[in-house]
Amino acid sequence: MKSNEDNPITTLISSIVAPFILLFGMYIIVHGHYSPGGGFQGGTMLAASVILIRLVLGSEVGQLQFNSTWGTPLGSLGVLIYFGTGLAAVFFGGTFLNYHFLPIAQEASMKRSLGILFVEIGVGLAVMAILIAVYDDLLGEEPDA
Amino acid sequence: MLDFFAGHYAYWFILVLLVIGLYGMIFKKNLVKKIIGMSIFQVAIILFFVASASKWNATVPILEHGIQGEALVQYINPLPHTLMLTAIVVGVAINGVAFALIIRIYRRYRTLDENTLLRNMKDDTE
Amino acid sequence: MKYINYFILLVFLFLLIYASTGLPNRGDLDSVVNRDRSPSGTQNASSYYIRNAYKDTHTPNMVTAVLADYRSYDTLGEETVILTAGLICFLLLRRRRKDDEE
Repeated sequence: MKSNEDNPITTLISSIVAPFILLFGMYIIVHGHYSPGGGFQGGTMLAASVILIRLVLGSEVGQLQFNSTWGTPLGSLGVLIYFGTGLAAVFFGGTFLNYHFLPIAQEASMKRSLGILFVEIGVGLAVMAILIAVYDDLLGEEPDA
Repeated sequence: MLDFFAGHYAYWFILVLLVIGLYGMIFKKNLVKKIIGMSIFQVAIILFFVASASKWNATVPILEHGIQGEALVQYINPLPHTLMLTAIVVGVAINGVAFALIIRIYRRYRTLDENTLLRNMKDDTE
Repeated sequence: MKYINYFILLVFLFLLIYASTGLPNRGDLDSVVNRDRSPSGTQNASSYYIRNAYKDTHTPNMVTAVLADYRSYDTLGEETVILTAGLICFLLLRRRRKDDEE
């Protein structure tokens, strides 16, 4: 794909703005307990930051930031974090995804709060990786032009 | 009567949006326009659920310590918001898969028009 | 023939609008979804969430609590759907080797 590398305005502005979008995405994931937000929204913001860099600075620079071979493994890792949180509850004597049995030394409601946090991190990771992977796949070159 | 209209006009606009999406899916011949119609249809369904969750004089479903008394009427219904949150992300995934299929079809048959596509497919099998 | 199709679409729209007149008013506090008890006498799910979400999960945002705790099976399946969509895109559009081509 043709890059806009010769345009100074878009290059400068988006390289300034993109790290802040990343930070804001992480804030949305972690602060989802207390304000509108959570894994899905935060993951979409993270993917938006990475895709912005890909659009403006070209695919080569974007590959340095997030290699397109990482997409599917990171998405699987996100689902595994979710599934592992549920399975950990099973190993410590509860039912699947019952955060009450997680081995965190806290009171009962705080255990559930932390369990929600783990699950949200898994969701955010999976959504970010899958959105970037879909973008990369859709923009792939034709095999034999 | 006025109360009835004030309580229902939002549903009617949403249903018009739904029929517009259905029109795009059925009558348009270009595959990309069909996907645009499908997105409009999805948005109509999502808006319908969110509209049905509202309560008069209620606030967003985030607990606030300042609000006392009967908590049930102070917060809008959180369940449709949760369901639609997942529906939005599934909609994005559906769009991705649909565009991937369209790219495959274009690489094979070199067209996205429905009539030409059907003719090319018939030529291919004969 | 084309006008018949548009006519059918309009009839469908008016059928939907006719059906929507049976719905309760938007924002009505006494409608079935917003009441405390369902018609069969049990407690409504949403009123249970509003009353007990903070007590159970220490999370003020009820949407997050419902999404990741009460209905976490739902979210797990939905995340699997996203992963499957990503895998389908990868399998459909990956670059094949030359000798793989027909």
